[in-house]
Amino acid sequence: MDFTLPNFAPAMPEIFVLSMACIILIVDLFLTEHTRVVTYLLSLITLIAAAVLTANLDTAEPVLTFSGTFINDSMAVVLKLFIYLITFVVLVYSHNYLRTRQLYQGEYFVLILFAVLGMMVLVSAHSLLTIYLGLELLSLSLYTLVALRRDSVSASEAAMKYFVLGALASGILLYGLSMLYGVTGSLDIGNISSHISTSIATPAEHSIVLVFALVFVLVGILFKLGAVPFHMWVPDVYHGAPTSVTLFIGTAPKIAAFAMLMRLLVDGLGDLHSQWQTMIIIVAVLSMAAGNIIAIAQTNLKRMLAYSTIAHVGFLLLGILSGTLNGYASSMFYVIVYALMSLGGFGMIILLSRAGFEADRLEDFKGLNQRSPWFAFMMLILMFSMAGVPPTVGFYAKLAVLQAVVEADLVWLAVLAVVFSVIGAYYYLRIIKLMYFDQPDDVAPLAAGFDMRLAMSANGLAILGLGLFPSGLLTLCARALNP
Amino acid sequence: MEHIIFYIFSAILVLSALMVITVRNPVHAALFLVLAFFTSAALWLLLEAEFLALILVLVYVGAVMVLFLFVVMMLDINLTVLREGFTSYLPVGALIATLILIEMALVVGPEHFGLDSVAAPVPHTAGYSNTQALGNVLYTVYVYPFEIAGVILLVAIIGAIALTLRRRPQTKYQDPSQQVLVRSKDRVRIIKMPSEKKRGGA
Repeated sequence: MDFTLPNFAPAMPEIFVLSMACIILIVDLFLTEHTRVVTYLLSLITLIAAAVLTANLDTAEPVLTFSGTFINDSMAVVLKLFIYLITFVVLVYSHNYLRTRQLYQGEYFVLILFAVLGMMVLVSAHSLLTIYLGLELLSLSLYTLVALRRDSVSASEAAMKYFVLGALASGILLYGLSMLYGVTGSLDIGNISSHISTSIATPAEHSIVLVFALVFVLVGILFKLGAVPFHMWVPDVYHGAPTSVTLFIGTAPKIAAFAMLMRLLVDGLGDLHSQWQTMIIIVAVLSMAAGNIIAIAQTNLKRMLAYSTIAHVGFLLLGILSGTLNGYASSMFYVIVYALMSLGGFGMIILLSRAGFEADRLEDFKGLNQRSPWFAFMMLILMFSMAGVPPTVGFYAKLAVLQAVVEADLVWLAVLAVVFSVIGAYYYLRIIKLMYFDQPDDVAPLAAGFDMRLAMSANGLAILGLGLFPSGLLTLCARALNP
Repeated sequence: MEHIIFYIFSAILVLSALMVITVRNPVHAALFLVLAFFTSAALWLLLEAEFLALILVLVYVGAVMVLFLFVVMMLDINLTVLREGFTSYLPVGALIATLILIEMALVVGPEHFGLDSVAAPVPHTAGYSNTQALGNVLYTVYVYPFEIAGVILLVAIIGAIALTLRRRPQTKYQDPSQQVLVRSKDRVRIIKMPSEKKRGGA
């Protein structure tokens, strides 16, 4: 058979991250508890170097390699860069947290790098096979990370729930993918898309099977995003996992799940838009309703942010269901902004925590203004942004998504979304009230180190800065999808 | 003839799969699973996928299920606790399962997958090698998915070790380097003693 060597250049970042993860795995064996900082620094360097490699890729034209199973386009580059950035900050935030909780193991960093690799594969997938494999690589690393603190009962319980439900969702997704393969006879997303567009032009013979496959595929994706009614795992996993792991699960994988949604639904099944639009409308409304209303009843900040994630996923889906390039770009903007906000939100819990004390209850934020006016202000920005108050970036994210919905002639949906976000504003503002108008129960000074404080301040100011000048990121997202 | 063989094996496969989830004894369930793997391997043979059929028997029956049986036998699983609430959930579960089955049959019935919509595969000639065909594409066309599957296995190994390996203070373990370095005087102590006289009569 004739075979030419594939073009390795577009996959250089993946190859690099994989090699570095293996090197770190071996280097870590020779380190003791005191020199483990080497593992941490190597992981940070890996992320920076991967970002440099990714940024240098040529994206004028989408490049396919490895027999069409791998694609590199501008969307992949932008999403990967944000995945590195967010993982980098996650590592900076969690460094001190891990050291005080007997979680400071080399496996933590290696597994995070493997999860990053899984996300990269997912973002660059151009075949059903690579989508599934990337997803499994990501999920398997995440299950292990949740269970890593094995003496904790709640972490083990969370890992078990995550694993069982995640395996079920993978099975459902795989069933849908096999149906797709059965109908179209191809694993390649481009071939699937062209097969569907021709079979829809002629009297649709397979279309009912296609819709059947679509339902299963959609369930699989929505589970990973954590949309209602596939959200049951989100609060338990977020609550039970160590905060540094929750920080990771709640941020970067959402970007990867968005990429999976784009690759499968928009690139692959784009011609079935009229079919999946209705399904997503129902899921989006349910997510915004359940997320925002149940979050009011929470007293644990991690659970509250978990329900707020569900509500944000509902908003994210609004942009997708509009089915326009503008809508996809606004969703991409939303998911990046959401990842940055949630990074700050969970980072704040880590900032207030110290050895033997987890600041994950709402009362722990009481009177934060008297203890540290600067970080109370950062939390204020984050909460305003999550609620969608101008001039923070959360406002523009919601605005862009709502514009896309209105352009798609779904004004009622936009009105409903606004109503739910007003309901949601209540529990975000409650935290601000606790910080500024209540007396602190706990007056211990913040234990966070300088790197943590610096990263947290940069995180908060980025939310504010992007809110004042949102056009840069907006055009970046628009251009990434429409080069 | 091929049809009859297909239906016999399919019937055994479905029945044994059903037995896996209904029998009381977990060892029997595992053995029924072995039977299910064997019959599906036979079905693959009918599809001219000899290599995959043999791999299924070798890997799943030979390795995975044996390991599974070990675990089942070593763990003392309390069956009565596992079966608690089975009868109370049964009506709801059965109802939903039947509903889904009927809906699926209505939506994706055989009319969508008949020979008129999907052409019958051309039978291969006698000299066709299944193994060679797989080997040709595995490291060329599918090299990227293949490598990622390898990484997934690596993560599984790391995860399994990270979650189970821990040093308990009371654990006794051997240190090979110490064992090699040991010298005779560390182990054997030669004590000089005056020789004793034989007692008479003994």
